[in-house]
Amino acid sequence: MMPSTLHERPDDALLDALQRAAFEYFVSAVNPANGLIADTSRASSPSSIAAVGFALSAYPVAVEHGWMTRADAVERSVAVLRFFRDSDQSGGPDATGYKGFYYHFLDQRTGARVWRSELSMIDTALLLAGALVARMYFSADSPAEIELREIAEALYLRVDWRWAQGGAATIRQGWKPECGYLHYGWDGYNEAIILYVLAMASPTHPISDDCYDAWTATYQWENLYGYEFLFAGPLFVHQYSHAWIDFRGIQDSFMREKGCDYFENSRRATHVQREYALRNPGGFAAYGEDCWGITAGDGPSDEIAAITNEPRRLFGYAARGVPYGPDDGTLAGSAALASLPFAPRIVLRAVREMCRRFPEMLSAGQYASGFNPSLAAGGGPAWVSPGKIGLDQGIVLMMIENHRTEMIWKLMRGCPHIRNGLRRTGFRGGWL
Amino acid sequence: MSIVLPRDTPIPPGQELAERERLERLHPAGWTNPAPAQRYGLVVVGAGPAGLVAAHAAAALGARVALIERALLGGDCLNMGCVPSKSMIRTSRLYGEMRDAARYGATPPPAPDVDFAAVMQRMRRIRARISRADSIDRLKAAGVDVFFGDAQFDAADAVTVGAARLRFRKAIVATGASPDTPSIPGLAEAGFLTNESVFDLAELPRRLLVIGGGPLGCELAQVFCRLGARTTIAQDAPLFLPKEERDAAQILSDSFARDGIEVRLNTAAVAVRVENGQKFVDLVSDDYRNTVAVDAILTGVGRVPNVEGLGLERAGVDFDLASGIRVDDFLQTTNPRIYAAGDACLEHKFTHAADASARIAVRNALFPGRQRLSALIIPWCTYTDPEIAHVGLYVREARERDIPVRTFTIPMHDVDRAITDSEDVGFVKIHIEQRRDRILGATIVARHAGDMINEITLAMVAGIGLRTLARVIHAYPTQAEAIKKAADAYNRTRVTPLIQAVLRRWVAR
Repeated sequence: MMPSTLHERPDDALLDALQRAAFEYFVSAVNPANGLIADTSRASSPSSIAAVGFALSAYPVAVEHGWMTRADAVERSVAVLRFFRDSDQSGGPDATGYKGFYYHFLDQRTGARVWRSELSMIDTALLLAGALVARMYFSADSPAEIELREIAEALYLRVDWRWAQGGAATIRQGWKPECGYLHYGWDGYNEAIILYVLAMASPTHPISDDCYDAWTATYQWENLYGYEFLFAGPLFVHQYSHAWIDFRGIQDSFMREKGCDYFENSRRATHVQREYALRNPGGFAAYGEDCWGITAGDGPSDEIAAITNEPRRLFGYAARGVPYGPDDGTLAGSAALASLPFAPRIVLRAVREMCRRFPEMLSAGQYASGFNPSLAAGGGPAWVSPGKIGLDQGIVLMMIENHRTEMIWKLMRGCPHIRNGLRRTGFRGGWL
Repeated sequence: MSIVLPRDTPIPPGQELAERERLERLHPAGWTNPAPAQRYGLVVVGAGPAGLVAAHAAAALGARVALIERALLGGDCLNMGCVPSKSMIRTSRLYGEMRDAARYGATPPPAPDVDFAAVMQRMRRIRARISRADSIDRLKAAGVDVFFGDAQFDAADAVTVGAARLRFRKAIVATGASPDTPSIPGLAEAGFLTNESVFDLAELPRRLLVIGGGPLGCELAQVFCRLGARTTIAQDAPLFLPKEERDAAQILSDSFARDGIEVRLNTAAVAVRVENGQKFVDLVSDDYRNTVAVDAILTGVGRVPNVEGLGLERAGVDFDLASGIRVDDFLQTTNPRIYAAGDACLEHKFTHAADASARIAVRNALFPGRQRLSALIIPWCTYTDPEIAHVGLYVREARERDIPVRTFTIPMHDVDRAITDSEDVGFVKIHIEQRRDRILGATIVARHAGDMINEITLAMVAGIGLRTLARVIHAYPTQAEAIKKAADAYNRTRVTPLIQAVLRRWVAR
């Protein structure tokens, strides 16, 4: 593939190339022994459980496209599901999980916790969403596919979602053996609908009945740049749950009150991104109607270890958002593309334009986490974050697929846990 | 509890005059309390903002008034609160702008030296000047009997101060609040600053740790950082200003980071020790522990009402050590003769809230008044850069009351004057009730948010909605135009597709 000419291809060919390239990440980032997927392509990257969730969702897509045999996909999926089933669930500092949840980052070889990472509720939900995609897709009566379905179901059923509330009204963001539940505020609209849906649907350990309402009570409905929407700054928030759930035409009580749905909301959020880039209050290079994508991800950093009292302008890995920032001129091409189902016209224009102007943000057709045109020295290439992140490839692959075939959405519309969870969180209407 | 007059600290040379002038006005040396009247129409305990307003208002209404103060007239606001902090904020803003001069198209001066003594001298001059309004002379001229000393109620209708016993028909307790101090092992031994001592500093600490991310901690962290102290702020919560909305607090965190403040959220200070004159503070954030070495520690973890040692029990006045004097909506205490006002009884501890509550207390005490505290619409503002101002309900409060909310948001980067001034960080958010043009509240984050919030407060007090605000012509270019823009955004949503079609047909006829 020649990335420099990507932008000249017709829409279908462009999307084909980007989707196929994104899939290659999961082929190259796997440990075949246990199926774990590396978080990034950087040397000695650990595995991220969310990246595994994306991989499990990507394999069925690859089978449909003929990029991978069904047998290969089943083998990889079963391998990783077995790993989680048999993993150390003691919750110790070097275990893999606790209460059915898993630590965010695992040693890709041993599966033990690394980086003193937290037991992550949202990342476990993304992992299980992937497991449920596999469970729905691999429906044959072969022993391997039967085993796959059984393990996926068992992993879901053993999660103690109620414990994840930690006695509070909403789900805690994380837990560590060293200090218990983390204290990070996790209120306001965020990417967690899929987490709440899965947690509410559990036949074994569901969250309390009022948990979802307690979370949505922290929502803010705002009129910004002429768009009325449920506010969240970083673009990925408006995308992640949508990779698995088709929110078109279904409404919870909040969206009924507002006469909107989450899909339409993400469309508006995408337009708000573009409006922000047009305004470009920070005066950053390249921002414009076809150059945007402000989200959580990697960016340049000017952090100095000691306190120096020096003003900072660059924020490294950060949850960048609009319109309040932080904004240091860093964009994520994958974030723009992942809004494809919501606003295909403006997204395709942006994807094409960014590929044309900043081909350096892609290598082998895969998006870097972030690029910063304001840090292009002397008209040279933009600053580009090193390596690639699995989540970026996963969301690109899934959103392109949903846009073109609705494959993941259709699979998950048939998933009883998703349907029950949506109903129990108050969703009604549409396909539900 | 005792308040120490700020005379313990040596006053730097050249600043004695302003200080002497202020102290002479607020607690003259050699003062002799007057002989008490047989009975006062109103005795006011505490001469901070609430007490002074109450005394002047009651005297103006013709009541025989006594005012008791144990330290300085003017209270915290004038002597160790709003006034000194705001004057230091102004200087620190200037240093911030000098450092950032290139942003304004100006040449940055070569590494401006901070003359900390000059900063404090200016603050003292300003404090002395503003103290005129609170002076003993004005009280005497108004006919108020001023008593300095500790007040002790000894009956339901009498209070003693020194040798004098003051009998009263009505009384107002306005004793204010004091800084709460965190119970961190080693902190007391190491020594720390609060708002009661920080304005007496003679030298800028080279390294400062601020414990607490409330309004005081946030304002002063930024001040000291901009004056050149290497500043760390530790807040034991996910965001600063926990009462404010998430986006406001987030913008503040980012502004702090841009200033170069070391921001430590979700972080508790757990131990302090002193070695070789340096203070070492252990910080814990979940499972991450580290130690910072600093030269000074400032705590701003909240304020507790001054309710102990006043003999309130003997007067039949109920109180709680945390929430203060128990009052009803008319500010009456459990003793029908005695009312309370200001920080001693209010949840919202602001000078302007103290002032407003004192006016209510006076009317309800002297007349058969039925003015309610709950009817007040009280704005507030934290004077960081950008400022964070709020009035009315927060969205979460409205939603808790099952009021559906729409928010009209104008980022300051859409406001021409904010752009011309390179002050385009922030927003105006106006919350209205869905399907009704009723303003529930607003939050403004902007360089001058404190001035801008007054327009929203006016609209709320007058019952004006966004439709009317959209008809108010705002001078161009001003930053307050953001409010008009929010009102215009609301008006545009009133044009439904049906109305739009009708309008189009009419215009095209």
